[in-house]
Amino acid sequence: MTDLQVFWFVALGLLLTGYAILDGFDLGVGTLHLFAKSEFARGSDEHGERRVLLNSIGPLWDGNEVWLVTFGGALFAAFPRAYATALSGFYLPFMLLLVTLIGRAVAIEFRSKRPERWWRAYWDFSFSAASSLETFIAGVAVGNAIRGIPIDAEGEYAGTLTTLINPYAIAVGAFAVVTSAMHGSVYLALKTEGDLRRRVTGWMWTSFGLFLVGYIGVTMLTLVSVPRALDNFERWPAAWVLVALNVLAIANIPRAIHLGRAGYAFVSSSATIASLVFLFGMAMFPNLLHSTPVPEHSLSIHNASSSEKTLRLMRVVAFIGVPLILTYTTTVYWIFRGKTRLDDSSY
Amino acid sequence: MDVLFLSRLQFALTVMFHYLFPPLSIGLGLILVILEGRYLRTRDPSYERAARFWTKIFAVNFAVGVATGLVMEFEFGTNWATYSRYVGDVFGSALASEGIFAFFLESGFLAVLVFGWDRVKPRTHFLSTVMVFLGSTFSAVWIVVANSWMHTPAGYHIVGEGLRARAEITDFWAMVFNPSSMHRLGHVLLGSFLQGAFFVLSISAYYLLKRRHLEVARKSLNVALAVATLSSLAMLVSGHEQARALAHNQPAKLAAFEGHFETGDGGTGLYLFGLPNPQTKQVEYGVQVPKLLSVLVYGDPDRPVPGLDKIPADEQPPIGIPFQTYHVMISIGMYLIGLSLLSVFFALRKRIEQTTWLLKLLVVSVVAPIIANQAGWVATEVGRQPWIVQGLLKTSDALSKTVQAEQVLASILLFGFVYVGLFAVWVFVLHSKIQHGPAADGDGGGDAGFLEVAGERVAREPDTSLTSAPSVRMPSATSMEEEAK
Repeated sequence: MTDLQVFWFVALGLLLTGYAILDGFDLGVGTLHLFAKSEFARGSDEHGERRVLLNSIGPLWDGNEVWLVTFGGALFAAFPRAYATALSGFYLPFMLLLVTLIGRAVAIEFRSKRPERWWRAYWDFSFSAASSLETFIAGVAVGNAIRGIPIDAEGEYAGTLTTLINPYAIAVGAFAVVTSAMHGSVYLALKTEGDLRRRVTGWMWTSFGLFLVGYIGVTMLTLVSVPRALDNFERWPAAWVLVALNVLAIANIPRAIHLGRAGYAFVSSSATIASLVFLFGMAMFPNLLHSTPVPEHSLSIHNASSSEKTLRLMRVVAFIGVPLILTYTTTVYWIFRGKTRLDDSSY
Repeated sequence: MDVLFLSRLQFALTVMFHYLFPPLSIGLGLILVILEGRYLRTRDPSYERAARFWTKIFAVNFAVGVATGLVMEFEFGTNWATYSRYVGDVFGSALASEGIFAFFLESGFLAVLVFGWDRVKPRTHFLSTVMVFLGSTFSAVWIVVANSWMHTPAGYHIVGEGLRARAEITDFWAMVFNPSSMHRLGHVLLGSFLQGAFFVLSISAYYLLKRRHLEVARKSLNVALAVATLSSLAMLVSGHEQARALAHNQPAKLAAFEGHFETGDGGTGLYLFGLPNPQTKQVEYGVQVPKLLSVLVYGDPDRPVPGLDKIPADEQPPIGIPFQTYHVMISIGMYLIGLSLLSVFFALRKRIEQTTWLLKLLVVSVVAPIIANQAGWVATEVGRQPWIVQGLLKTSDALSKTVQAEQVLASILLFGFVYVGLFAVWVFVLHSKIQHGPAADGDGGGDAGFLEVAGERVAREPDTSLTSAPSVRMPSATSMEEEAK
């Protein structure tokens, strides 16, 4: 039983990693969107740069979001008590998150459907604001999960909305925004060419600088205010290897940018994000929601899970489904590889 | 206003808004598969232009469907936390399977369907279209299985007591093939095919009336008419099966649908319409066919169908809404059969394009299956009340305990505002797509002209243009031919 529960904790971690790497870059492209020239800007060609940005993620963002949907479904199936407490406890932030998800989807879909300037300016703003806000709220949720939330003896959330708005969570939220902006700019380096590509190099350096500040800041804040986050490293000292890999991956990003090797930089920033999700998992395990100030009320993989039969069954589903998912994802990314070019099916 | 009322209102609003889109995706997906299949077989370019045109509309519709569907997935946890804890073991599994088996398939191949016309070979593109259609069908399978379990729970046992009680799976296949899942699935899919078919019929009829895009309109109309006729006739069988099973599985719901208060002795009649009054336990202004319900359900005109008097008072559903929505659904179903057969009659005699009144009727009938689909869901869900899971958990016990009325009200206002705007924009974009029509000149940007598109085609790299012959064809040439006809 414990094995199955650990399996599902790891599986959720992998789904979250897939989501953070894949949707991470398209959210980052959204955050950067307003920095690109619109087709109405002086000296722009008739398409402008923003359509290139939109179409660089055009065929992919939708599939990337499915990782979040499946994460939600898997959490519901494997650990229903944690799903119920987290979503009902974070009620209004989640509602806002859902609205940003809707806003982003329709902004991408609708922006290029009309030629008027006001129409495009409106959807440009919606796309960028919704992308940044979604990343921020997701980061705040992660911050609160690491920090811990008040949970009562029945496993219900016992805090209020203001409990969730605290400096640590806000810092993690801001860090999520700069991380995805950095990741998105590296992705754009793969997808753009010419004048825009030269400006993307500038975006990469700026966002990497901000990322580094955020990384150091959030690391220090975590060590000071949530020392419990390190407990698992005492149990498994081998995990320090991943911290070292994390630092190496981060250091490799500026090196790859400097060498002009965008693909290498993208692999490095993906590895950085994967190791950050791993650190998040290390800070949580075996809990799904830490309870403060009463740690006994925490919802863990042991007291929040579904029955053994369901966990085993869902493992079969995962073993059948995951190879299929990886096949489709790879196929689609392969078909849409290379620089973004606009054609008559573009957004 | 209390949390229960507000949460139910919120769920009803968000799920009804969501359900405007997925049936159209499923129905339109089927028509896309047929059009593209016809194109591969006949190589008639008007099939390809038709498929490309409907793909653009499909993409807009799909995006809104996904965005509003995300809300549904998380709303179980936000507003119905007790329900989620209670059924997570069962319901969560179906929902997770939907993500793993349906959504990845759908969204992955959607990219090729929408953006891959000039990047992959026609056969690969056709395969992607089939995959998207399969994905949206699988999605219906899992979500209908999850919902059917709430109507006819099976393959589970209850663990724990009182507030900590929860359902756990004992038999996965019994859960999947619970007594109502398969015929409800058939019903949902047929309803979706009808919504897609009448959507295509409406726009095609509009073009025929305006004498525009004639070839694309003719091809689309023929395919959609075939789908509409077969689906509406199959719906007769499906609806009949549904009612028979309902009498066995959920007699309280059937009694509410039929306004059947007292069981009585002889055969039970069937109301064509009426106004049930729960106070007097009478159906006012009603017209009833005697014994028909007994005949339909049991094939025996004298065996009484159980009425609401057989159901304990605190387990009776409300009557008004289920009765009316059920009758609206049935009436529309009959109307759609009539309209399909009439259109087939005129189409076979090659007179449909001259029959202006029929084309006009087809244009406005796009709303009929939409209303029927919505009404059917309202009837089945309200008819299950006061239960959220039939016989196991009441709706009033299923709420999130930590969520207050003001929070729910705030989120209803938030979604109300967003959805009204979203709906207006969707209609606006759909309208401009329809006005623009299937002419193959690049409308990706809305303003890209013929020369730009031609220029981009010339500039395209060799590796991306080793695609199909049809994509090399000058985009406007065919539309000029069409205008000349």
